[in-house]
Amino acid sequence: MPFELFVALRYLRDQRLQTSLILGGIGVGVGVIIFLSALITGLQQSIIERTLGSQAQVVIRPPEELPRIHDAGPEVLQSVTVERPPQRIRAIDGWRQVESLVGRIPEVRGVAPTVTGPAIAVRGEGSIAISVRGIELESYGTIVDVQDRLVEGSFDLTGFQVVVGTELARKLGVPLGGTLRIQAAGDRGGVYTVSGIFDYSSRSLNETLVFISLRGAQTLFGLEGGVSTLEVQGGEIFAATALAARIRDRTGLRAESWMEQSGDLLVGLRSQSMSSIMIQVFVILAVALGIASVLAVSVVQKSKEIGILRATGTSSRSIKAVFLLQGAILGTLGSILGIALGTVLALFFAGLARNPDGSATFPVALTAWLYGRSVAVALVVGLFAAVLPARDANRMDPATVIRNG
Amino acid sequence: MADAPPVLQARDVRKTYGERVVTEVLKGIDFDLRAGEFCALTGPSGSGKTTFLNLLGLLDRPTGGEILVEGSATGAMDDADRTTLRGTRLGFVFQFHHLLPAFTALENVMIPLMARAGRPRAWMRDKASTLLEEVGLADRARYRATDLSGGQQQRVAIARALVVDPVVVLADEPTGNLDTQAGARVLELLHGFNERLGTAFLVVTHDDAVAQECRRIVHMVDGKVDWDRVVA
Repeated sequence: MPFELFVALRYLRDQRLQTSLILGGIGVGVGVIIFLSALITGLQQSIIERTLGSQAQVVIRPPEELPRIHDAGPEVLQSVTVERPPQRIRAIDGWRQVESLVGRIPEVRGVAPTVTGPAIAVRGEGSIAISVRGIELESYGTIVDVQDRLVEGSFDLTGFQVVVGTELARKLGVPLGGTLRIQAAGDRGGVYTVSGIFDYSSRSLNETLVFISLRGAQTLFGLEGGVSTLEVQGGEIFAATALAARIRDRTGLRAESWMEQSGDLLVGLRSQSMSSIMIQVFVILAVALGIASVLAVSVVQKSKEIGILRATGTSSRSIKAVFLLQGAILGTLGSILGIALGTVLALFFAGLARNPDGSATFPVALTAWLYGRSVAVALVVGLFAAVLPARDANRMDPATVIRNG
Repeated sequence: MADAPPVLQARDVRKTYGERVVTEVLKGIDFDLRAGEFCALTGPSGSGKTTFLNLLGLLDRPTGGEILVEGSATGAMDDADRTTLRGTRLGFVFQFHHLLPAFTALENVMIPLMARAGRPRAWMRDKASTLLEEVGLADRARYRATDLSGGQQQRVAIARALVVDPVVVLADEPTGNLDTQAGARVLELLHGFNERLGTAFLVVTHDDAVAQECRRIVHMVDGKVDWDRVVA
């Protein structure tokens, strides 16, 4: 064991009460950081999962149809009332080229052509307004893990087969293998067999969303060969707006990110993150001041011993290292205590309330990254907090401290 | 002894304190301590004995003049070199023992060796144990410094001073805080090591009885050497 570490450990052991108190302080501080981070990250993940688990980060649509004013000719005074035309389902021009262009953007992880439109699901006397989404299972799987949401049957969309949500199946009373009629505008429709039932953990999606094959949707909405939307999945979820902007620049089409579609959610998530960061900064500051004050007192208490160590050949660099090491040891041990405390607290809190499906109402995200970051932060804070006391110890004149203590 | 090489030399050493009000504590001292000498440094309080000892021990820098250790001038040395020289060639014994309370007697003796890397820990332990045995404290090796009596602590301090095989041990009132019996034992040990190892000793003392047991006495008054004589 290096000499400096040997002395640092012995000093910490010798000052048991001081060491225990500051370790407790760091432990509580790091515990609060772990608990808060785990809780807020868990809640955010849960919210994001629920929101983004069922939708793409960016959706590309054809440009909006704008009203055109009929030109009555020169020298004709006309009174015009401009009304927006009804937005019908339209295909993206040259969607295959667009798909290929977007797929070449480095951060894009998946592009899925889809046809989405409104329809009515009818079974017997019952009918429900639905949103039909025509997909190719392979490409859509890169956007949303639909297979993972399946609770009954299989995700088979071949021929006239559909996959519906649990709520729609319940309300229409349609079992797996049962049939229902899907009726779109323009008297287009057909009878479909339910091949699977999914659960998106969202009552409205479970009631309204219906998957059919891309080709089936093209026929249903009169878009033979076309697609109404291209759904895009990127990497970092909070970079979705930037990605949408790049897609708009490259394609000239409408590209909207989930962040633009869910502005309130984003503000909420960001506010949560900011408040969490603020709390963590102040806790770290309190921990740093705690370590610094304990070591500063220790330097004063041990001034005569520092003088003796210097007199017996210990270099000023070693003396400085002794106090820096004490800061680092306090930070590391304190953070380990804090990890234990924060984990227990977070798991206890997560176990307090459960959703009907058994999942935690307040989910917590305890990750190796969170633990590693906490230890690293405490270690760095410990070292920084020890710099001033270590510098004071380093500057002590051995003759003076031996004489005056 | 007069032919032995000097291990510690002071050449016109001066020391002043203060900037606005300047106090001249040492007023130009010339002094040689030769290998194997056992010298007492005496004088009234305030004569500058301890200040001079600290300068000789490289714990402080003189305002003027030069300190030489084994012929090497130390004035131009940086702190790291002075620390190395102090830790390898000089030993210290202080009046108030000044052991490190967090460590055992054995660890206190080992500290000067541990401060310099290079030797195995077992070798250091053996060397420290041998010295503790020589000062009669083998059975107290694992005692914390604070659990030892004053006399025992001073004996540990002597072992610590000798563990680096110094050429000279500087002792500041080594018996000043001990009863007569413990003081006599400490003095006996210092003389024993001086004779056996040939280590030079410079002992600052107020006590005439201690001074009389030294072969040479240097008396300081008012920051200067008043007289320097060899006792028969």
